[in-house]
Amino acid sequence: MSAPVFELSGVGKSYPFFKLEGVRIQLAPGQIMGFIGANGAGKSTTIRILMGLIAQQCGEVRLLGHPMPEGQALAKRDVAFVSEEMRLYSGATVEQHMQFVASVVPHWDATYAQQLLRRFNLQPQQKTKGLSHGQRMKALVLLALARRPRLLVLDEPMTGLDPVARQEILAELMDIVTDEERSILFSSHNTQDVEQVSDQITFIDRGRIIESRDKESFLERWRRLQLEVPAGKPLPPFAGVIDVTSSGRTAVVTTKAFTPELPAFYNQAGAVVREVQHMTLEEIFVAEVMSSREDPS
Amino acid sequence: MNSTFLISQADPRPMYLQLMEQICQRIAVGDWPAGHELPSIRALAADVRVSVITVKRAYLELERQNVIVTRQGKGSFVADGADLGLRLRAQELSDHLRAVASLSLLLGVSVEEVSQRLGQMRDELTREKS
Repeated sequence: MSAPVFELSGVGKSYPFFKLEGVRIQLAPGQIMGFIGANGAGKSTTIRILMGLIAQQCGEVRLLGHPMPEGQALAKRDVAFVSEEMRLYSGATVEQHMQFVASVVPHWDATYAQQLLRRFNLQPQQKTKGLSHGQRMKALVLLALARRPRLLVLDEPMTGLDPVARQEILAELMDIVTDEERSILFSSHNTQDVEQVSDQITFIDRGRIIESRDKESFLERWRRLQLEVPAGKPLPPFAGVIDVTSSGRTAVVTTKAFTPELPAFYNQAGAVVREVQHMTLEEIFVAEVMSSREDPS
Repeated sequence: MNSTFLISQADPRPMYLQLMEQICQRIAVGDWPAGHELPSIRALAADVRVSVITVKRAYLELERQNVIVTRQGKGSFVADGADLGLRLRAQELSDHLRAVASLSLLLGVSVEEVSQRLGQMRDELTREKS
């Protein structure tokens, strides 16, 4: 197993009205991590700490092996960061931005930058103050991608984008990981943006990481079962079941640790299993957040 | 968007299953004969725009069902006698039919009615696909 691209452990930071606590995540090379949380959950704060833009009060952060924030000058040679909030110089053209970035970063791939200009339908001579939100995000992504970074960090890149611009950006992101050494971290409050392309999924809520694991095992462990239960008999408890909703003789059971034993167990208890459903990442996210808020351990 | 693999978020089945089915389809119609080299995991992921881990999962399952073989450092290939894997799916059909038989007995539904409803479902599926 190669060294993680980044690693946060026990990271915390307090603000008057917000606290980030015990953040522990890491990403292996060649993978895409989707970082999901509601607005204000702590995604941007975590990303800013990872990038060395703000210092953590406790815990350790390593970015490409360099301790952060001390080692940021070295780490950032191979890390590109795009945030929804970034602004461009309004009086300068897209091309001037490209020339500027090319002059200050260690590896700039000019051929790739030209390809991206065409694929993103950007006009090099256009001043950036005339760009739409979608064009501005594509320009920012272009400036980041053409650096050929080992890690690309994107904070809410898809927010407010139209479906076409989203697909254009997603396609370029997927192209990156054909190279096994390049990785991406991207945050979103929308699970659909990240569900399809992420290898790792991390959920954050109220300043705490509530789950971080590979997407396939995430999707595999969560199921919803519809049961026909015998009248007047409560369902026996089973490990991993986090919710049971009943109405008459129909019950819907949500589990976060599905095994084939579960339907057999209910059958033995006299219930008939009508349906076993997979859940979408969005449904899982909402269920995780709800169950972690109920249980303030 | 020039991939001929169709992965849909509107499909309730997990994406790796959708991918497996489409690969089996290519083998079944003869587009991918025994010994045919499959695209690399990362290439297919980029092509279909699904995560690497999803494609990896689909390949592993296909390997387990002896539909494909993976040779370290060489890539993945359609297995000799890959229809063996497809025979496994025939087994799966038998299992489901057995479940249908037992449920219909339980509910007192006649064979005619079961077959009529099956026909309707197939029609619906065909319509959805067209």
